[in-house]
Amino acid sequence: MTAQLEINQLLDELEAGLRRVLEERGVESPVVVGIRTGGVWLADVLSKRLGVGEPFGELDISFYRDDFSRIGLNPTVKPSSLPFDTEGRDIILIDDVIMSGRTIRAAMNEIFDYGRPASIILATLIDLGARELPIQPDVAGKTVALAANQRVKLRGPDPLRIELQETA
Amino acid sequence: MTANDPSPNHLQLTRDGQLRHFLTLDGLDRALLTDILDTADSFIEVGERTIKKVPLLRGRTVVNLFFESSTRTRSTFELAAKRLSADVLNLDISTSATSKGESLSDTLLNLEAMASDMFVVRHSQSGAPHFIAESVTPGVAIINAGDGRHAHPTQAMLDMLTIRQHKGRFEGLKVAIVGDVLHSRVARSQIRALNELGAAEVRIIAPGTLLPRDVESLGCKVEYDMSRGMKDLDVVIMLRLQKERMEGALLPSEREFYRLYGLNQEKLALAHPECIVMHPGPINRGVEIESAVADGPQSVILNQVTNGIAIRMAVMSMAMGGQIAERQQKSSERAQA
Repeated sequence: MTAQLEINQLLDELEAGLRRVLEERGVESPVVVGIRTGGVWLADVLSKRLGVGEPFGELDISFYRDDFSRIGLNPTVKPSSLPFDTEGRDIILIDDVIMSGRTIRAAMNEIFDYGRPASIILATLIDLGARELPIQPDVAGKTVALAANQRVKLRGPDPLRIELQETA
Repeated sequence: MTANDPSPNHLQLTRDGQLRHFLTLDGLDRALLTDILDTADSFIEVGERTIKKVPLLRGRTVVNLFFESSTRTRSTFELAAKRLSADVLNLDISTSATSKGESLSDTLLNLEAMASDMFVVRHSQSGAPHFIAESVTPGVAIINAGDGRHAHPTQAMLDMLTIRQHKGRFEGLKVAIVGDVLHSRVARSQIRALNELGAAEVRIIAPGTLLPRDVESLGCKVEYDMSRGMKDLDVVIMLRLQKERMEGALLPSEREFYRLYGLNQEKLALAHPECIVMHPGPINRGVEIESAVADGPQSVILNQVTNGIAIRMAVMSMAMGGQIAERQQKSSERAQA
């Protein structure tokens, strides 16, 4: 299983997929936004691979989570930073793993509080399925079905590697 | 009343150490104070966006209960609650129900019955917010917006945020608080916060008549001569001369006070060249501080106002989070029983 989640191979897939989508949609100068923490590492790597000149943005979705009324505030919240005007821009939104889709919903709500982007392209390194909301990535490095006792996590930032954990 | 309760933490913290009321800085450790400052940093960023609002307290009701008038504190609390998407009710109690003879407890119980989640309380009596949290409406998060001469913890924390922004640290800092310490609830909270966060020295510069009797036991040095006191300072915090609280002749005259304890450019030049100047507002120009200093390059007074909103957003969302965690815990315990 671990062998199939080789990071460089997944990054190649992600990059190729993104190039394809950007071309299909005629997007010439996208900006990249990563969701903290893993997504930010990927935003760094992919904005370099795609030759995006502008610095990438970092989102911390703690203030937008839909489970505040169940678990309260994330004590390790850090400031979000979008070092460009999002109004009218084409944004590549990146996270390491997508599952329920709730994180992406929160992230899109947050992005719209900065301005109205022209479009958002969603890219995730790993798609675990198990969606609870009608949100699908435009590009995924790999789609993986995990057993109930398995967890997957991106470690980094240097080097990036994918860790597969098995709980008893 | 429990204003001098040495361990108020059973009241303001949940069993696992989360904030659930914010009443005083007494008993809160460096880690928690740092958490508040870090969370506020994230809210500063929210205040710089096109849409300065996050959905954290959406659907919650926050009541500003001001038993004593205030413009700045009340409006920053109101703005903080609105930026957290809460519904906000402003009650100026001094002119409403109590004048019809309704007791404080009845007023509060009525507000609780309107499904309020949080009361922001300012009261002229020390300990009033404690009393409300402990005895009247324990299921409502209580935020102290200033009680008597006891505490004004959000003001002290916004001052700490401002210091950290400009100095990057607390270790090694020499900080002076100048003026009317006797009537100041802010000064007590500031001394407590500065000591807990690791400032090297906290100095009080004031005339003997404006010092509380126990002042040195708060953890500070006292200096009666301002020129001596300004030496090597990294931060100088001016207090407002609380003219409305002066009973009897504590001061010879305002002009005399300004001559001895007012901050002007000459005195500021005695401090470290990068010393920042703070004031909680409203400023009495020409009484505590010269305009050239208040509006000068070393003044961070308007930063304090901006930071006030962020600190209040942080404290409100953390206390609400603590209340939620506690309710969860209780309901899961009930389910197990």
